[in-house]
Amino acid sequence: MTALSSRDWGNLALCTLALIAAACLPWTAGAYSLTIGVTIAMYTVLATSWALFSGPTHYISLATAAFFGVGAYVTGIGIQHLPYWALLPIAGVMGALMAALVGLATLRLSGVYFVIFTLGLAEFVRQIITWGQNVSGTKGIYVLTSITEVHIYWQLLGLAAVVLLLGWLIGRSRLGFALRIIGDDEAVAKHSGIDTARAKILLFMVPGAMASITGAILAPRYVYIEPSLAFTPMLSFQVVIMALLGGTGRLWGPLVGVIPFTFLWEAISASFPNQTTLLLGLCFLVIVYLLPKGFVGLIDAARKRMNNAEGFA
Amino acid sequence: MDVIVTGLLLGGTYALIAMGLNLQYGMARIMNLANGEMLVAGGFVAFWFWTGSQVSPLLTVFLVAPVAFLFNWLIYIIFLRPLVKRAKSRGQLEVDAILTTFGLSFVAVGLMLAFFGGDYFSYSYLSTPVNILGDTYGANRVTAFLSAVIICGALWLWLARSRAGMTIRAISVAPDSARLVGIDVRKTAALAFALGGAVTATGGALISTFLTLDASTGVIFTLKALVIVIMGGVGDVRGTIVAAVLLGMLETFVARVIDPGLTLAAAYLLFVIILLWRPQGLFGRPTT
Repeated sequence: MTALSSRDWGNLALCTLALIAAACLPWTAGAYSLTIGVTIAMYTVLATSWALFSGPTHYISLATAAFFGVGAYVTGIGIQHLPYWALLPIAGVMGALMAALVGLATLRLSGVYFVIFTLGLAEFVRQIITWGQNVSGTKGIYVLTSITEVHIYWQLLGLAAVVLLLGWLIGRSRLGFALRIIGDDEAVAKHSGIDTARAKILLFMVPGAMASITGAILAPRYVYIEPSLAFTPMLSFQVVIMALLGGTGRLWGPLVGVIPFTFLWEAISASFPNQTTLLLGLCFLVIVYLLPKGFVGLIDAARKRMNNAEGFA
Repeated sequence: MDVIVTGLLLGGTYALIAMGLNLQYGMARIMNLANGEMLVAGGFVAFWFWTGSQVSPLLTVFLVAPVAFLFNWLIYIIFLRPLVKRAKSRGQLEVDAILTTFGLSFVAVGLMLAFFGGDYFSYSYLSTPVNILGDTYGANRVTAFLSAVIICGALWLWLARSRAGMTIRAISVAPDSARLVGIDVRKTAALAFALGGAVTATGGALISTFLTLDASTGVIFTLKALVIVIMGGVGDVRGTIVAAVLLGMLETFVARVIDPGLTLAAAYLLFVIILLWRPQGLFGRPTT
C-alpha cells in the first residue's frame, strides 16, 4: 500500500464531516425524516456493498434478500439467548459463510450460473425455513427489544461508514487490483497468475456479510418476523436498481442512486401502490437503455465535456 | 410407481417449457428471465377462453402459439436487437439481456396484475380419472403430457431434419462462422427467440389445465426451466428432455415424501449437484 496523499486526507476529512452531519439527523428532523433516513442508510449499505462485488466483476447478484433474511433470523432466534451486540458479528459470519458456499458452487464457472443461482436463493432459503417451522411447529418469531428507530439509524450509518472504508481499502489493495483486471478481461487475469475464483469468492463474502448484518440490525424494527417478510425478493431487485442507477464505477456511485430512488419510490408507493411492480420494471428498462453507466457516467461525461471546452478556449 | 408416473407426466410438461427457454438462450443467445411470465400469460389466455366461452385449452393453443410468436418476435426486434448491436462481447450482452428481460418480466407481472388481479386462477378441465398401471391419474395431466410429447417431438424433428432447423443449430454452435456460410444470423436469432416464446406460452396453456397459477408465479417456472436447460446442456434438445423428466420425478418424490413446499429446494439440489459435477450439462462436452 502506498502512503496517503494530501488529496486522500482531504477526502477522508470530507467524508467524516458528512458522516457527522448525517449522524445529527435525529435531532434536526422529525420522525418521518428519520424513517426515510433509516431507509436511505439501509440501502446505502446494501447497494454500496453490492457494487463492491458486482461493479468490478459485472456479476449481477440477486441474493441480497437471502442474506438479509438470514441476518433477520439470526436476531430473531438469537435474541432470546444472547445479548444483542453479540448477534451482529454472528450474522456477519453467517452471511459471509453462506456467500462463500454460494461462491464455491458458482463463481468458478461462468457468470450466468451465478445470476441464476442467486435469483432463486432467497426463495430457496425461505422454503427451507418454512419447512423447518412446519416440522418444529413454530410460526413466526417475535423480536421484542428496547431498540428504537434512532439506534437503528446510527447502527446503519456506522455500518455504511464501515462499508465505504472497506471498499476504499479493497480498492487500494492487491485484491482490488486483481478484481479490476478480472473485470476487464478474465483470461488475461488468469494468465497473469491471479486466482480468479478465490478473488471473486473473497469479495462476494463482503456483500453477503453486510446484507446479513443489515438484516440483523433491522429485525427489531419489524417486531414480528416470518419467512415471507424476511425474504421479500423485492429487496434484492431494488438494491440492484439503486446501485446501477447511481453507477458502479465509483465507490460513491451507489449513494448517488440510493438517495433519489428512495424518494422516488416513496412517492410511487404512496400514489400507485398497485403498480409498483410495473414501475420497477420500467426503471430497469430506463437504466439499461438510457443510463447504462448510471449517474456516475453522466457526471463523468459532463466533466469531460467541460474539460474539453476549457482546453479549446 | 405412482411417483414415477406422476413425475414423468410433470417432467414432460417441464420439457416443453425448458425447450422454449433453450431456444431463446441456447440458440438466440438471450438469457430470457421473462420466460416464466410468457408461460403465465399463456395460462391466462387458456383460463380466460375456458371460463369465458368453454373453448378447450387444446384448441386455445392454436391461437396462443402464433400470437406469442409474433409478440416475442416484436420483443426481440424492439428491445433485444439494440442490445445485441451495442454489445462488445458475449459477457456484456449477457448482463444487458439479464437486466432488460428482468425489467420486462416486472412489467409483464405488473400488467397481468393490473388486468387480472393478484388472485390464483385455476379451472377444471378434463379432471376425470385415468387408470395407468393400476393407479389413477388426472386426465388433464395425461393430455398435457401427450401434447407436450407431440410438440417436443415435432420440434426435435424440425431442428434435426429441416433446413431452417439446421440454420438455427448452426447459429447456436458458431454464430460467427454461420455468417460465412450465408446464414442471416440476425434474422435466424429473432426466429429462434420468437419460436422459443411460442413454445413456452403453449406450455403455459397446457400446464394451466392442472396447476394453479397466479400473476407472480412466473419466476419459479423461469428458474426451473433454467435449471433444466443448464442440467441438460445449453442448446441440447435431447439433454433438455432427460433433465426435465429427472426434475419432474425428483420434485414429485420430494413433494410426496418430505414436504410439498420444498419443490424449488429440490430443483436447487439438482442444480448444485450439476454445477459441482458436470457444469457443462449431462450430455455437453467439456469446454477448455
